Amino acid sequence: MKNKSFHFVKNLRISLIVYAAIICIALVVGIVFGVDLDITFKGGSRFTYTYSGEINIQEAEKLVEDTIGKDVVLTQSSAMSGAATQKLYISLVNDESLEGEIQQKITDTLTTKYKDNSVKLGDSKTVSPTIAGSFFKKALFAVALAAALVVIYVGIRFKKIGGVSAAMTAFAALILDILVAFAACVIFRLQIDSNFMAVVLTILGYSLNDTIVIYDRIRENKRVLSGGNLEEVVDTSITQVMRRTIITTVTTFMAILTVFVVSEICGLTTLRTFTIPMAFGIISGSVSSMCVSGPLWVRWCNWKQKHDDAKAMSKKKSNKKSTGKKKSKKR
Amino acid sequence: MKKSRKSTFFIVLALIIGLTFCAFFGIDDYYGDKRLLYIKGANDIRWGIDIQGGVEAVFTPEIEIDDITEQDMQAARQVIENRLMIENITDYEIFVDDENCQVIVRFPWKEGESEFDPQKAVDSLGATQMLTFRDSNGKVWLKGSDDIDSAEPGFVNNGHVVVLHLTNAGRAKFYEATKANVGKTLSIYMDDSTISSPTVQEAINSNEAYITLGDGASSDDATYLAQQINAGSLPFAMSASESSLQIVTPTLGTEALNVMLIAGAIALALICILMIARYRLPGIVASIALIGQVAGMIAAISGFFPGVSSFTLTIPGIAGMILSIGIGVDCNVIASERIMDEFKKGKTIDGAINAGFKNSFSAILDGNVTVIIVSIVLMGAFGSPDSLMAKLLSPFMSLFSSSITGSIYSFGYTLLMGVVFNFLMGVISTRLMLKSISRFKCMRKPQFYGGAKNEK
Repeated sequence: MKNKSFHFVKNLRISLIVYAAIICIALVVGIVFGVDLDITFKGGSRFTYTYSGEINIQEAEKLVEDTIGKDVVLTQSSAMSGAATQKLYISLVNDESLEGEIQQKITDTLTTKYKDNSVKLGDSKTVSPTIAGSFFKKALFAVALAAALVVIYVGIRFKKIGGVSAAMTAFAALILDILVAFAACVIFRLQIDSNFMAVVLTILGYSLNDTIVIYDRIRENKRVLSGGNLEEVVDTSITQVMRRTIITTVTTFMAILTVFVVSEICGLTTLRTFTIPMAFGIISGSVSSMCVSGPLWVRWCNWKQKHDDAKAMSKKKSNKKSTGKKKSKKR
Repeated sequence: MKKSRKSTFFIVLALIIGLTFCAFFGIDDYYGDKRLLYIKGANDIRWGIDIQGGVEAVFTPEIEIDDITEQDMQAARQVIENRLMIENITDYEIFVDDENCQVIVRFPWKEGESEFDPQKAVDSLGATQMLTFRDSNGKVWLKGSDDIDSAEPGFVNNGHVVVLHLTNAGRAKFYEATKANVGKTLSIYMDDSTISSPTVQEAINSNEAYITLGDGASSDDATYLAQQINAGSLPFAMSASESSLQIVTPTLGTEALNVMLIAGAIALALICILMIARYRLPGIVASIALIGQVAGMIAAISGFFPGVSSFTLTIPGIAGMILSIGIGVDCNVIASERIMDEFKKGKTIDGAINAGFKNSFSAILDGNVTVIIVSIVLMGAFGSPDSLMAKLLSPFMSLFSSSITGSIYSFGYTLLMGVVFNFLMGVISTRLMLKSISRFKCMRKPQFYGGAKNEK
């Protein structure tokens, strides 16, 4: 191993500080501006309006959003049999207590802007937060269950390099990646919707995959350089797979960047809640696998080694004090 | 070690080209106006509401709404949702309006829809029918989910059966019905059409009863009948009046679909260029495998075979597929980097290729197994409660009210299919092709594999 390797283990502290900084920024932004939850998670209202003639939905959506200062979703539908009236649905997240006030605002805006379309309020429904909440809980549970099973699998597969310690450090990196994706949503003021679920689940697989490739190399190198220093083995292993990690990150990032750029150029902004957190999650997935999970695992092993040594030492001492025979038996 | 043949490369290449062609364009034939479909192409994918719009229907009960509880409404929602999932319609919206006792459903048009008739679309769901058991005189003995809990396919005494699970109320009624009709038929009706007419052998006083299917019946018949019974066990008959039907305008439209196709093509091209620039020959092989992987994913979503219903593909779904192109090359990257490493250690071409694939396999396998675990959890937690995966997970998920969420279920399905085709293309096909192509004399130069030029 004459190749120069990078000191990932030594620089663990710097990596953790960077992650902590990102999370702190998101925390501050989140506290100041609040986190934007989609109607699926938080409940809200749906208003139905009837109108005649043509209304440009995108324009109307923008208008309503500007008026009430909140994200809304507009859908349009027309009755069959070519009837003259059409329907417009507006759904938004809000508190039940404010429903009347907001509804009045929207109605006023629409009727003044589209005077000739005879806009009328049909009905309004409240989407109960209890149902939305139970979905949210179930989604969280499913993610937790999937994560737990995967971590157990990693633990079993990497028994040779410690099992539990490998699984827990891989899990720590995973949590950081999900937090970064969440932070991206908060910092860029994006709504947390069902797309975010998809992002979390993709990152779950992606981040662990990156960590697994590194652990796989550590497992192999530990066999070859069994006498070597643990820190050296890990640094060498990470350096060896670094090219692979970078290239896979580039191809994945390129794919998501292409989707982002093309959809932004063509005005397809609804995908932002998918592409932006995904892009950050992917970069974090690779960075954390190199700079956090491996190095953290070394720290864990070293700490455990010291701990065990200390235990053995104290045992030795107490054994010496009591009987010398017991000690020799143990050997 | 077995040497691979030169022809293998061309066979695998031809298979991938064939799959790609079929998955994109399908195979069909026209008899006059009638289209005979042999293999489904990308045009036979059912697009989500965001792309092609759909139908909104308001289902209202046909009985007095005073008797209906909130639980009944949730049960009705479950049945309709279950129906949508059986049809693989995974992009839908469903709301319950407890005050007016209505279930509002929005779902996308069927693939290749030309009539855009909402009534037909709703009828094809068949979600609103009422299940009844009637004797030969037309007397109704059992009715709906109050009496019939569920049904499942089974295999008893060398014959396919449908196992009926009755509620306690249903059990008493079923006993009366079978006692009165020994030797006669007791037919199962969906609204006014018979779906099965079994003959009563003896009076049955049990919560479980078997419907024995005839000699020629297959397990598919049993599954189908069980599904029909499950779907029809609404707590009460519901209908969607014609006046309640609405056509939902696409939120994003087909333009958005074209945007995504352009993005997909650009992403694929960029990734192929990068792979070829860095890995040369293995890069070319990886690009071929990648195209095969995309084709496989499309086939998995469209259903590929005419009888299999298509999954619903939305704009975020397509974005996810494009992302999977970027992630999918990972196994090629791992293997190709390994091959380059082996060259640096001074191995020959064959030695480097063999060692490269061998050493990279465990990492690729572990990465894929984790994704399989994630996708199985998702499909179990958010799919139809009758599916195998849901049953595996039932000890955990029974803590929560059962819920079906199509978009997450289909995400799990796409993930799973992504892994399957990643393995088939990125691992197996790549290996076959690269080993075979390296047998050609003109391809035996280390620099084609990313090795140094001056090496011999």
